[in-house]
Amino acid sequence: MDEFIANLPTFWAAIGQTLIMVFVSLVVAGVLGLVIGVGLCVTREGALLPNRPVHLVLNVIVNIVRPIPFVIFLAAITPLTLAVVHTTIGVGAASFGISLAAAFAVARIVEQNLVAVDPGVIEAARAMGAPPVRIILTVLIPEGIGPLILGYSFVFVGLVDMSAQAGLIGGGGLGDFAITYGVQRYNWPIVYITVAVIIVLVQLGQFAGNALARRALRR
Amino acid sequence: MSAATAPREASAGSTAPLVRLLNVSKTFPAPSGAVTAVDDVSLEVRRGEILGVIGYSGAGKSTLVRLINALERPTSGRVFVGDDELTALSEKELRRVRREIGMIFQQFNLLRSRTVAGNVAYPLALAGVRQPERDRRVARLLDFVGLLERAHSYPEQLSGGQKQRVGIARALAVDPPLLLADEATSALDPETTADVLALLKRVNRELGVTIVVITHEMEAIRSIADRVAVMDAGRIVEHGELYDVFSRPRTPAAARFVRTVLRDRPSPQTIARLRESHAGRLVTVRVQDGRGFTAAVTRAFASRGVENEVVFGGISELQNRSVGALTYELRGADAAVDAALADLAAQGIEAFEETGEPGAGVVASPGHGSTRAGGEG
Repeated sequence: MDEFIANLPTFWAAIGQTLIMVFVSLVVAGVLGLVIGVGLCVTREGALLPNRPVHLVLNVIVNIVRPIPFVIFLAAITPLTLAVVHTTIGVGAASFGISLAAAFAVARIVEQNLVAVDPGVIEAARAMGAPPVRIILTVLIPEGIGPLILGYSFVFVGLVDMSAQAGLIGGGGLGDFAITYGVQRYNWPIVYITVAVIIVLVQLGQFAGNALARRALRR
Repeated sequence: MSAATAPREASAGSTAPLVRLLNVSKTFPAPSGAVTAVDDVSLEVRRGEILGVIGYSGAGKSTLVRLINALERPTSGRVFVGDDELTALSEKELRRVRREIGMIFQQFNLLRSRTVAGNVAYPLALAGVRQPERDRRVARLLDFVGLLERAHSYPEQLSGGQKQRVGIARALAVDPPLLLADEATSALDPETTADVLALLKRVNRELGVTIVVITHEMEAIRSIADRVAVMDAGRIVEHGELYDVFSRPRTPAAARFVRTVLRDRPSPQTIARLRESHAGRLVTVRVQDGRGFTAAVTRAFASRGVENEVVFGGISELQNRSVGALTYELRGADAAVDAALADLAAQGIEAFEETGEPGAGVVASPGHGSTRAGGEG
């Protein structure tokens, strides 16, 4: 416990790093995944902009990336990370990797939730003469916003998990802290405290997501 | 908004039809080969009328109505709305046309993410109507459909009938000359159906909006349509003035629908049942509008010494005219009965000998109107 108190400044910094990684990747993966997910959704047969080739290509890309274990994915994209972030360690590099990997998970979640939107309201908007992009922005996404928020809460939990794993490659954050000061020094209290903080973080995220979704769904 | 206040001039007094379909077909690909939903249909919708299109589910009505606002593109044939040939327009130009055609749906299709007012404002925003004009028009539209006090409610807080009234307000927001109603009352109970139909009639009479009503309920057609088209297996098998189709259905499909709302010729099952208790010849006489009709029929039988008794049928009113059919059991010598039927024919009264075979047994026909099906308009 003394050791933990001695490393308290590092601990606070680790929390900050985790939050940065999670929120940066939530925004980047959220937007990227939304675009890919909407693309998957609207290019389906009978949907707003049916396009078999585009749907197929998006589908294959998502299916290739998704099953790769995250830690291996991080290592595999090292050249790309180097090219974009100019380093392979630290919060920036980790955020880049997390964002990229999470974008494809988000894409599937977005697709699943938007496919469930009543095709009738899409048809009504078409009948009113709304152009496709406008329908996506003013009908498709708003109509699916409740489940989308729940989906993003789910992703948030996954991001906390990924950010901890990123500690393995020197990504910083709570995962790194737990490994460096806890696991490697057999200091189990530090491991448990770190885990507890991660659990609280996850709970807060899920709680906020549920509250937002309840508001959007008005129940 | 002019629509909710002043009647539209019947579209500049033009007599050209508002909608024209020319030999339109629509085929959908299906695993079991192509499915032809609409099969070589030619149809006109006149300015200012309410045209009812009736058919069973799967008859192609919903596809037909979507060809009129180009939600579906025909496989062949041409579609005209106003001055536009839809089949010659780009998708971008079609969006402009769609903005000028209102549509309401069986499941209402309101945006759940928006309030009642937000739903009605949606097409106005699309048309570029800015605040505060948009709010003013939303209020006037909601007032027209009687839902002003529900402006800030969400769709799930409304009853089915209220939802459809919001749908109607939304469809009318941009003053369209044409409104398409796709099974608009099929999800409603009978009382609410009557309210919504009355509202549609007001839209037609007060605002001058031409309406195409797609339905499988003959009662809806009966209460608001001026003309009716009967659809069966992708084709329009019969169409004409409401009274004509109701009083003299020419096809089995039309007769089936007419029978759902008024007594027409008895079905083969009914004839079989009547046969069990009535030994005489069964003859159905089409009711004609005007006083003294039944008296004339009775007189024709009596003067030939034929005993007669009404065993089935009824007389209803449609557009203030009598409509229906009466089935008589006639007892007497065959020659006397034949002579009486000849007398009826001579007076222009239509009669059918009920043999139990569909479509058979015309024994007396004034011989007019036989080209009505498909040949008009």
